[in-house]
Amino acid sequence: MALAKRIIPCLDVDKGRVVKGVNFVEIRDAGDPVEIARKYNEQGADEITFLDITASHESRDTTYDTVERMASQVFIPLTVGGGVRNVSHIRNLLNAGADKVGINTAAVYDPDFVGEAAARFGSQCIVVAIDAKRVSAPGEPERYEIFTHGGRKPTGLDAVQWARKMTDYGAGEILLTSMDRDGTRSGFDLGLTRAISDAVPVPVIASGGVGTLQHLVEGVVEGGADAVLAASIFHFGQFTVPEAKAFMHAQGIVVR
Amino acid sequence: MSSTAKQTLAIIDYGMGNLHSVAKAIEHVAPEVRVLVTDQQQVVRDADRVILPGVGAMRDCMAEIRRLGVDDWVREAVAEKPLLGICVGMQALMDHSEENDGVDGIKLLPSVVRRFAGDLKGEQGERLKVPHMGWNEVFKTQDHPLWHGITPGERFYFVHSYYVEAQGNGDMAGRCHYGVELAAAVARDNLFAVQFHPEKSHHAGLKLLKNFTRWQGA
Repeated sequence: MALAKRIIPCLDVDKGRVVKGVNFVEIRDAGDPVEIARKYNEQGADEITFLDITASHESRDTTYDTVERMASQVFIPLTVGGGVRNVSHIRNLLNAGADKVGINTAAVYDPDFVGEAAARFGSQCIVVAIDAKRVSAPGEPERYEIFTHGGRKPTGLDAVQWARKMTDYGAGEILLTSMDRDGTRSGFDLGLTRAISDAVPVPVIASGGVGTLQHLVEGVVEGGADAVLAASIFHFGQFTVPEAKAFMHAQGIVVR
Repeated sequence: MSSTAKQTLAIIDYGMGNLHSVAKAIEHVAPEVRVLVTDQQQVVRDADRVILPGVGAMRDCMAEIRRLGVDDWVREAVAEKPLLGICVGMQALMDHSEENDGVDGIKLLPSVVRRFAGDLKGEQGERLKVPHMGWNEVFKTQDHPLWHGITPGERFYFVHSYYVEAQGNGDMAGRCHYGVELAAAVARDNLFAVQFHPEKSHHAGLKLLKNFTRWQGA
């Protein structure tokens, strides 16, 4: 047997509530993050990812408090991201009970921040979150670019080169979100997932676009992802984590 | 100590890592135990059980362990009571680590801590990523009270780039396979140490922590 592929429910949290947008914009309320995390913990989720999508000055304290309550009741790994800009944010999140911290926009502005964070806290807890969009025209060789600020700002950075650079700087894992697919329920961008997964030595979490259980299988088998992240299929009761695992297991994927 | 006094468990805080999770997990499974996160030797001395956690780089961990004298606290503790090492807290108990161009450990156990090869391959020839991150199967290699109620092959959560060798390891208590055979757990006398994170390993991990709170040592 082998290391299990991970299924990671993702909580997008806005002002202390779990929400889920379509293409990062329209937002639906899905409930209390601690209650939802507990439910996934009981269902056998392999990890929880918590993204503070407000990421404002005021929301930060709410996030520390929520993470602390969550970590007292949920005994699986917890990754927290959203607006992480300096070493003290990371320390506070880890002290609150996060196991890994996701860095996104701040890495683009200051790649050395990732190096500093990895040196100080260890690569194992530094996840670099990459939001990528396809910029090549149909028929051209595939090319993906990094976007920041929840997918609103282009950077001109090539996604594959960027992912490699981030692991060179000490990222222990890549959380890869397709901005084209996020919230669409049309499946992962498998070309993007495969390109990044092949390019980096560290685990890759595929994110953005899950609408069916077959999409989870594709992310692992075709995309080469080590973990698959999904939000709305779980939040709105379409599928449970055990259903997802049973489906993946039946397709020959090793799950817990 | 009177028989009605609460059992105490000291988690050594030497500035490396997330001690909240370990403390909360123990409080969850053993509310009758008083958990003390501490950087004071006297608290470690007075405790019934001790946990040596650790995350991050071995050199930084060992530097803090030496600066605070935690290596001596650990040696003193294992002579008389149960001690559980977790992750880098397990690696720190070894003779030496290859990490950071070579770092000496506390040397309670003779193993060397090695880095996973860059071209690590799985059983089907597939490329394996490093860190070894996620849930993997653990098989006990010796009976021990800490394995009580845990099924062989149960999955625990790992996250590490360096490992304690399984081959020739007379202290190994549990094994795991990730491109190589590695020591998932070691045991000697009052000492038990795990490479995985029991505090993050849901039911199986909580069971192991509960077992630790009941273990009287060798």
